[in-house]
Amino acid sequence: MNKKNGWNPYLVGMLIGILAVVSVLATTQILGKTNFLGASTTFVRAVGFLENMVMPQHVAQNEYFQKEKIKIDWQFMVVLGVFLGALISSLLDKSFKIEWVPGIWKEYFGPNPWVRALLGFLGGMLTMFGARFADGCPTGHGLSGMMQLSVSGFMAVALFWLGGFLVARVIYRK
Amino acid sequence: MREQLIGLATGVVFGFLLQKSRVLRFEKQISFLLLKDMTILKVMLSAVIVGMIGIYFFKDVGIAITFKHKAMNLGAVLIGSLLFGCGWALGGFCPGTSLGALGEGRFHALWVILGMLSGAALFAEVYPLLKKSVLSWKNWGNISLMDVTGLNHWVIISILVIIFVLILFAIKNKA
Repeated sequence: MNKKNGWNPYLVGMLIGILAVVSVLATTQILGKTNFLGASTTFVRAVGFLENMVMPQHVAQNEYFQKEKIKIDWQFMVVLGVFLGALISSLLDKSFKIEWVPGIWKEYFGPNPWVRALLGFLGGMLTMFGARFADGCPTGHGLSGMMQLSVSGFMAVALFWLGGFLVARVIYRK
Repeated sequence: MREQLIGLATGVVFGFLLQKSRVLRFEKQISFLLLKDMTILKVMLSAVIVGMIGIYFFKDVGIAITFKHKAMNLGAVLIGSLLFGCGWALGGFCPGTSLGALGEGRFHALWVILGMLSGAALFAEVYPLLKKSVLSWKNWGNISLMDVTGLNHWVIISILVIIFVLILFAIKNKA
């Protein structure tokens, strides 16, 4: 296992598969309801909390916030955990690196961190709008959907990649 | 509280593993979209193989797992997923990996995360409108591959394992 390049991807994949199964078993047996790994609903809840601080009436009247229920639930903690887990792992193997502009980004958009900030923000906005529209992201639709053999999971994953491929080919063209 | 602790523990392991495979990096994500680096696909397919065998095995031996198939809503999955892909190419992160990327010091993920929060807020505003239009075009509901094909789940899992292993062999030399 090469330290610089990280662990073998097949091994990590299998361990993530085991984690997904253990997580399904744990939530089913301990919490009494099956939870599948996901991430994007948490962003709805997080922004719901923020909006609730400034305009609680608006949030109370919003159909989508009421549907997804603003709460710090299991998935919310999973998402925070991903941050912590990556922090711990990268500090332990010294791959933690402060970066404001990714290497290959510079080749196409230059070294200005504000350009990256603006376009990254727009990209994130579109990503999440799409994820909520499709009702899932590569974790919820991809990992959890495909392992459950959901039709929508396979369809979404193919289209996530297709959309990304088409745009990436235009943006990152030499 | 127990629910939150289990979630946190699950997330920490998930983030740890994702970081160890280096798939959180912007370069890995973009190179995957361009089909130049298949690490993400290797991780994803290996995970799905183990995951599907595991959950259907435990379901069959009597654990009370309830499946949650997300709706196969044509307009939603088609348009939503393509929009997602467009954003992914620009931002470079998906919702789960954005937090992980921030954790390993790639602070520009913060802008993407802020964008994601705005995207979620925007979606909440237009949801009533979409519900009346695109989301009501055609919804096949929460269907599985078994519903569509009429085959037993182990037949489908066997076929998928063969396909996934063939894909993994085909891409094994791509980074």
